[in-house]
Amino acid sequence: MLLTQEQQEILNGSRGETMAKVMETLVRYGELYDADAMIPVTGKYNHLVTSFGLKALTPVYELMDQLIAEGAVSGTKFSADPRPLDKNVPSSFLQNIIFNHFMYSKQDFYEDQLQKLGLMEKDAFTCTCYMDEVGNTPGKGDILSWSESSAVVYANSVLAARCNRNSGIIDLMGAICGFVPRFGLLTDEGRKAKWIVEVRTTKKPEAQLLGSAIGMKVMEDVPYIKGLDKWLGSLDDDAKAYLKDMGAATASNGAVGLYHVAGITPEAVEQGEDLILPDAQVYVIDDAELKRVYDSYPVIWKNKEATPKLCFMGCPHMSLHQLIDWTERVEQGLKAAGNKKVVIPTVFTAAPAVIEKFNATPYAARLKETGVILSYICPLMYMNNPLSAKMPVITSSNKLRTYTSARYYTDDEILAQITKGGN
Amino acid sequence: MKQFTGRVVAKGTVSAPALVSHGGLNTLASFQKALQFGDKKATCGDQNNPDLYGKQMAGKALCLPRTIGSTTGGLVLYCACSMHRQPACMLFSEPIDSLAAAGAILQDVWLSDVSMPVIDCLGEEFLNYVQDGMTVTVKENGVVEVD
Repeated sequence: MLLTQEQQEILNGSRGETMAKVMETLVRYGELYDADAMIPVTGKYNHLVTSFGLKALTPVYELMDQLIAEGAVSGTKFSADPRPLDKNVPSSFLQNIIFNHFMYSKQDFYEDQLQKLGLMEKDAFTCTCYMDEVGNTPGKGDILSWSESSAVVYANSVLAARCNRNSGIIDLMGAICGFVPRFGLLTDEGRKAKWIVEVRTTKKPEAQLLGSAIGMKVMEDVPYIKGLDKWLGSLDDDAKAYLKDMGAATASNGAVGLYHVAGITPEAVEQGEDLILPDAQVYVIDDAELKRVYDSYPVIWKNKEATPKLCFMGCPHMSLHQLIDWTERVEQGLKAAGNKKVVIPTVFTAAPAVIEKFNATPYAARLKETGVILSYICPLMYMNNPLSAKMPVITSSNKLRTYTSARYYTDDEILAQITKGGN
Repeated sequence: MKQFTGRVVAKGTVSAPALVSHGGLNTLASFQKALQFGDKKATCGDQNNPDLYGKQMAGKALCLPRTIGSTTGGLVLYCACSMHRQPACMLFSEPIDSLAAAGAILQDVWLSDVSMPVIDCLGEEFLNYVQDGMTVTVKENGVVEVD
């Protein structure tokens, strides 16, 4: 890899041993993928996946202490993934002990570290940092050093920024150095599609199911999706929320870092089918294929007939538009079922800044009236422990299904369960 | 005995019994419980991985196609190494994914008292051949012997 004089000097120790190690880490990372150069990070803000003071990650906090002590802090401010704790979310006495005294006992300490390293705002904790209300929205062509798979795939696909699927710590090191190795999704060639996905469904496909099917088929490759523009129309708020959810499923059920949607996403609009590689494979998705994918999900509850004890919506975090839409849907569902409150404890999650904006609308009181709890929590972090894993939790998130014991249902099924009850 | 040659991601030599995952290793799901609750054997906690679930990962030659899952993967591997609960080595049949690569490099650059050799690009035949309990020897030059 060709390094500039400045980069070579950092690698040689001109800015201290710790910065030399940061640069060595990034250079070795790039060399593995035949990176040709280290290029400047141009995004205004960074985004980190590590937001949780998990005791198991103590070595990471020690490493961060070392970075802070040596002055190796982020050159750009950053947001981070959602907080793992919120007392408003239902939890048992035992769960509270496990959460507060064993799992996330380092939360306050870690948030203090993040402040020192360059957190953009004290409540900048969300996986949907790119929402307008949060303010970490990169521009087209911006070079990023982000992690959090759902944010990376959204930034690449919907915003046409450029970012690889980085691991935690690598994200921070890119921001500290101000450079990232150029390979993969940072290159024009790496953004070409190896798959053509033809959507031939008879109705608008469920975003979370479509993303799951695509992710499991193409894994880490780039798909060019045809036939979805018919259902999405244009890149409005509704479509952006759809693509957020679809993308998160492609990234978690597979390892997709970028997708193109014909007629919708910026690069597909500009370049069209020139984005497709000559030998691209074809994957046709129709109603039967979506049903096959849905039926393939294992249910890992001990008692498969258990009555759900909790429902999570919002992994990734919901948009303002989704919160308003779902408030109306829950109200209508309850009215039809003759109920006043949801019959399963239900948590909608969104970014703190989105919640603040939502709370300023009349919909906030209406949602509260339905009994739905609004939280900034990370549902994944709530579920990632043996006690929560034993709970029968339902969700419309394919990411949450993939990483935890939560059981997936479509949006309509979820609505029926929380407003009427029954499996 | 059969010999395979891959690419060296993190150098080192080691000999250890094989532990084989034919599906991708979900790093966070596999290690979190062990790191959280002081399990020095690093028993795999990923219920979705029938090859590894409930088996000791620490000290084993972990043979796998790739890692999958959360982008915390690299730092979870780094933590496993720092807490001395890492596999003896990680041997990938495919080119290493960016999350595992991060873990491999972070432990190699930042931890002076730990060695976890990592080799990738060993090929599909490697993963078809190696079985749990076989003795795997990793050499400095990326050669992997399976006995």
